[in-house]
Amino acid sequence: MAEVRIELIEKRIGQKPILLPLTLTVHDGEFFVLVGPSGCGKSTLLSLLAGLDQPTAGRILFDGSDVTDLEPRERDVALVFQSYALYPHMTVRQNMAFPLTVVPRANRLARKRIEEEVHRVAGFLGLLALLDRRPRELSGGQRQRVALGRALIRKPRLFLLDEPLSNLDAQLRASMRAELLRLHKELKVTTIYVTHDQTEAMTLGDRLAVLNQGRIQQIGRPHDIYAAPANLFVAGFMGYPPMNLLSARLGMESIQAGPLHLTRPPDRPPTDQEQTLTVGLRPEDISVEPISDSGGERAGFGVVRLTEPSGPTLWVTVELKDHNEAITIIGSAQAGFTPKIGDGVTVSAPRATLYLFDPTTGQRAGSS
Amino acid sequence: MMFRHDDQAGSMMNWLRTRGLPACVLLLVGLFCLAPVLWQTVTSVKPDQDLVRLPPLFPERVTSVHYDRVLLKSSLPRSLGNSVVVAASATATAIVVGAFCAFALARLPITGKSVILGVALVTSMFPPIAVISPLYLLMRELGLRDTLVAVGLTHAVYSLPLAVWLLTSFFQQLPKELYQAARIDGCTPLQALLTVIFPLARPGLAVAALLVFIYSWNEFMFALTLTASDTTRTAPVAVALFPGLYEIPWGDLAAASLVVTLPVAGLALVFQRHIIAGLTAGSVKG
Amino acid sequence: MNDRSLTKMKKSGGPVHLSERTWGYLFAGPAFALVSLIALAPIAAALWLSLRQQLPIFGIDEFVGIRNYLQLWGDDRFWAACRTTLYFTALSVSAELLLGFGFALLLNRLSDGAGRGLRWAHVMIILPWAIPTVVSAQIWAWLYQPDYGLLNYLLHAAGVTGGRIDWLADPDWAIHAAVVMDVWKTTPFAALLLLAGLKTVPRELYAAARVDGAGAWEQFRRITLPLLMPVVVIVLVFRTMDAVRVFDAVFVLTGGGPGNSTETLSIYAYKTLFQTLQFGYGSALATAMFVLAALLSMLYLALLRRHVQESA
Repeated sequence: MAEVRIELIEKRIGQKPILLPLTLTVHDGEFFVLVGPSGCGKSTLLSLLAGLDQPTAGRILFDGSDVTDLEPRERDVALVFQSYALYPHMTVRQNMAFPLTVVPRANRLARKRIEEEVHRVAGFLGLLALLDRRPRELSGGQRQRVALGRALIRKPRLFLLDEPLSNLDAQLRASMRAELLRLHKELKVTTIYVTHDQTEAMTLGDRLAVLNQGRIQQIGRPHDIYAAPANLFVAGFMGYPPMNLLSARLGMESIQAGPLHLTRPPDRPPTDQEQTLTVGLRPEDISVEPISDSGGERAGFGVVRLTEPSGPTLWVTVELKDHNEAITIIGSAQAGFTPKIGDGVTVSAPRATLYLFDPTTGQRAGSS
Repeated sequence: MMFRHDDQAGSMMNWLRTRGLPACVLLLVGLFCLAPVLWQTVTSVKPDQDLVRLPPLFPERVTSVHYDRVLLKSSLPRSLGNSVVVAASATATAIVVGAFCAFALARLPITGKSVILGVALVTSMFPPIAVISPLYLLMRELGLRDTLVAVGLTHAVYSLPLAVWLLTSFFQQLPKELYQAARIDGCTPLQALLTVIFPLARPGLAVAALLVFIYSWNEFMFALTLTASDTTRTAPVAVALFPGLYEIPWGDLAAASLVVTLPVAGLALVFQRHIIAGLTAGSVKG
Repeated sequence: MNDRSLTKMKKSGGPVHLSERTWGYLFAGPAFALVSLIALAPIAAALWLSLRQQLPIFGIDEFVGIRNYLQLWGDDRFWAACRTTLYFTALSVSAELLLGFGFALLLNRLSDGAGRGLRWAHVMIILPWAIPTVVSAQIWAWLYQPDYGLLNYLLHAAGVTGGRIDWLADPDWAIHAAVVMDVWKTTPFAALLLLAGLKTVPRELYAAARVDGAGAWEQFRRITLPLLMPVVVIVLVFRTMDAVRVFDAVFVLTGGGPGNSTETLSIYAYKTLFQTLQFGYGSALATAMFVLAALLSMLYLALLRRHVQESA
């Protein structure tokens, strides 16, 4: 168990920057998620933590001691690979025992103790019946468990997971998520989890860091990031369906985003001149209603282009037009309303949180 | 009208296409490849008097006299033994040394990989004839003149480029994560190689070993110039310098050449699929 | 800084701390050392020797600069050996390529239907490749034997030739006899590589071409040949390198004779080095051979590059 501190870590391959200098602390016992699109540098960061790769600059500290120059074997970390990387020529038993059998003879456990450990972890993961199989005789979920078992058997002080669930089907993925949380709760090992799936990040992480283009965009608890995205990238990346981001003019009393008319947030001091901003609205805050419904405050009219049912919610993509531009937004259908493609609808956002972003820097300017 | 056949003719054509034509092709290729060897086999069992007349093509009675002579009364068995020692030690050296080098090239962050590849290219391109005299002097300096060690070592080194080339591409095909997993699990690079990478690379190691063995068994020029006596002569040298007082003893020579060929031909036939995979690896992107 | 070294001290109680890179050098080291000692050093020595005059019997050993190469330029026997080598190379490599291509196409056809046929073909085809060159030279020497050799007998029986031809003693025939032997021995290698190349050509391309109305010849010319060009070049490079350096085959079959009619560069170099013991001049000969082989390879690669650029 360890607190992990990353200080100004930087990675370049040739002249190409992979990670820009970044600093980050993961608390002892925390489940920390690194999330971002592919190529954002999250897997590189994980390799640096594991010691599989060397940073161009900066240092990494485990519990205050510098491990930057240490070999993977000296760091006492475990890593679960996306491909699982099980040793195909070894049985499940041998795979799981492997980390215990390669330590220097002086520190090695007795054969019997190793066997006991394998049984303990295998029992924990429900693998007892599979100990004599080889990886190719296992299903995807079983391989995943063996990979976890091999990582856990050593009681590492840091547990790294590189997109461990992305090769599983959707159902298995959900149950493995629950399983991972259970494991973490029982073992309390500091865990750093890499994923490109924002849903996974939101459900798993105590805290998360959103990465893009080698830079940390935001660090925080899932809800805080969702409720207060720091910039346009985080706003667009976290949450599904993604936040509607519209170019808008901020007037004295209202915000005009093309054909969409929104009430001005009250907390912003009125300014003399009009400002151009990017405004963000969560789809769940936008209500799509039948045109005949005349109550409430209307923000605009439009035509349904796409509907996407998702459990209790029906997401509706609406195209709004006026004489000089057309915009597309995603909203949620009012309860009991099931519009068809091509239907005319009303769009309203009575209690919407409006996220305002500076269009040049992408940083959030305020919200209401 | 023109395309109508009665059933029999149709099935006949069909038979020709599916069975007959392939059989003809095989026969043609087979004749080209095998005929000279078959003739040598026939020669090796012909009595002496049948060797100096033609026809008949095939002898009325076969004899083992030529085999008796080369196996019991000549130094060929000694040469075969030498070849076994030379080829086995060359193979072991080239594979062990080559496998470590190939892994470093395939996966480890060393600088100067292009230098190593350049050295390998020059080594395999330079005419062996050019290095023979310096090599001879070197072996003499090392006290290895006229020893099997000299021949084995030379064969190992001159087959290293091939072994390294093959094994590097083989290691590159193994998932990188397996090595990384072994490192994370606490292995030193050496442990990772011995416990994970080499066991997984067994097919590749076997292919490389076969090719090195066959090269070493067949190699002539180094073996000829680095050995000077009957006791160190390898099998190909023995066949090339086959003793004949006045006439070439064609029957004995045929028997000897078949005996010398047998080990490599056997290996080639048993492991033909692996050998073909090895020969074509790298030259054909598949 | 202090912090860092402290950790290191604490951690390095067990085995030595070596970086991945250091391990890499340790792994590559033995191979590099062996090759340097037994291949690179002799090559360097050969290049150095080619700049000296060394005649041990007369106790002569002096630096002569490029005089050996100048002498080479005026040496008729060298040019004759060059011609012989190039003639041998051109003839055998082109025959191997054509024949190998033919075999590969036939066998590829075969593999469409029955897999067992291909296995047998592989078994047969690998035999000439596996046989020691020295042995194959002896096999062919016996076939060429003028009085009781199979070749003369068959040709006579078929009524092609009138009488006895002493293939290896006739200066006009000897080089061709060596070519035939070399073709027999190495066509399988060419065929195997080309066959493997043919297998990588996607079937759909032929189907598409047929739909577009291309006949068999058009399919070969427009699809098979261009896609196989890289493999063809590789076969050419490998085979040319070997043919230019040919030694075992000719040495055992004819020893360079009759006269000097089959004396290739290797044979000339061998005789210069080991029969007349002119180490300097022999090394210069061998170096010239290396240059010739390298030039031919570069020519092929340049052709391949142009081909790739044209088709891109």
